[in-house]
Amino acid sequence: MPWDLDNDRPIYLQLMDRIKADIISGRYSPGDKLPSVRELAMEASVNPNTMQKALSELERDGLVYARRTSGRFITEDEDMLKKMKRELAKENIKNFMEAMQQLGFNKREALELLQEILKGEEL
Amino acid sequence: MNPILECHGLTKKYGDFSALTDLNLTLGRGQIVALLGPNGSGKTTLIKLINGLLTPTQGEILISGQHPGAYTKSIVSYLPDHSYLRDKMKVDDIIKYFCDFYDNFISERAYEMLASLSINPKARLGTLSKGDKEKVQLILVMSRKAELYVLDEPIGGVDPAARDYILRTIIGNYDENATVLISTHLIADIENVLDRVLFLQNGRLIMNETVDDIRTANGKSVDVYFREVFRC
Repeated sequence: MPWDLDNDRPIYLQLMDRIKADIISGRYSPGDKLPSVRELAMEASVNPNTMQKALSELERDGLVYARRTSGRFITEDEDMLKKMKRELAKENIKNFMEAMQQLGFNKREALELLQEILKGEEL
Repeated sequence: MNPILECHGLTKKYGDFSALTDLNLTLGRGQIVALLGPNGSGKTTLIKLINGLLTPTQGEILISGQHPGAYTKSIVSYLPDHSYLRDKMKVDDIIKYFCDFYDNFISERAYEMLASLSINPKARLGTLSKGDKEKVQLILVMSRKAELYVLDEPIGGVDPAARDYILRTIIGNYDENATVLISTHLIADIENVLDRVLFLQNGRLIMNETVDDIRTANGKSVDVYFREVFRC
């Protein structure tokens, strides 16, 4: 199945997000070898050069490292992975807060509502 | 290595009508490029110039540094916008025919793709559905080890599942140094596999950008952007 990509954001950013999500979900473990650029491009149904760019960016962020001739691997640096999870969590909270704001809840009200719902049986 | 395609002041006139006007373009190797534009914008004229089926009125066109001719035809694999194969021929006879004709044709690749798309090599072309016929022609073109693939409207009649397969085949089969030039109206379907898009309007090149640059600059897909630029 081609990866599910949005139409408005740059493709390489979405590929980076997807690979990060695959690391978090445990599809790839720390130290795992990633498939080749072409394999990943075919799986995602995207241009190999775009996939290459996404992987280079992940490399620059330190989440992936390249070993010459043997391919790319997921970092074994646990702190780095923790940091990435935190970043993604922050991103999700930011989106949630924006959605709440659009519904007319300010930060405090949103937090109160969240606590209320978590305590009660609504979730 | 020379760029795979260079156009310098390329102009093609049909009588007084200018189908392409002063086109300047250089395409590097190892890219998948879409040629986009409304009907009558000059896409097929450019494709025919690349394949030596038309000659320029002014300017020049070079493929890997050479003028179109026998050599460039050996490194360009071309899917025209209409079929030139006879309906009476069987698919495997056509494969033999291509094998004789082009020394860079890889039969195994063709048979493999036919099998993946469940097309019987013993079938006569005329007995196949419109979509299957298109698939056969695309398979023939993609089974050559070419430096430039020129596909004129390759996926119009093909169902979405086969389209995914074909796109994956294009991604998987083309050599890292080969360039694929696809003319199409179905931008949304192929947007993710493209490096770059060329917009033609009234015979002029009005844009030559990467997909992600267009998305970054405009916050919308190339498909939506195209509809805005060419709104009727």
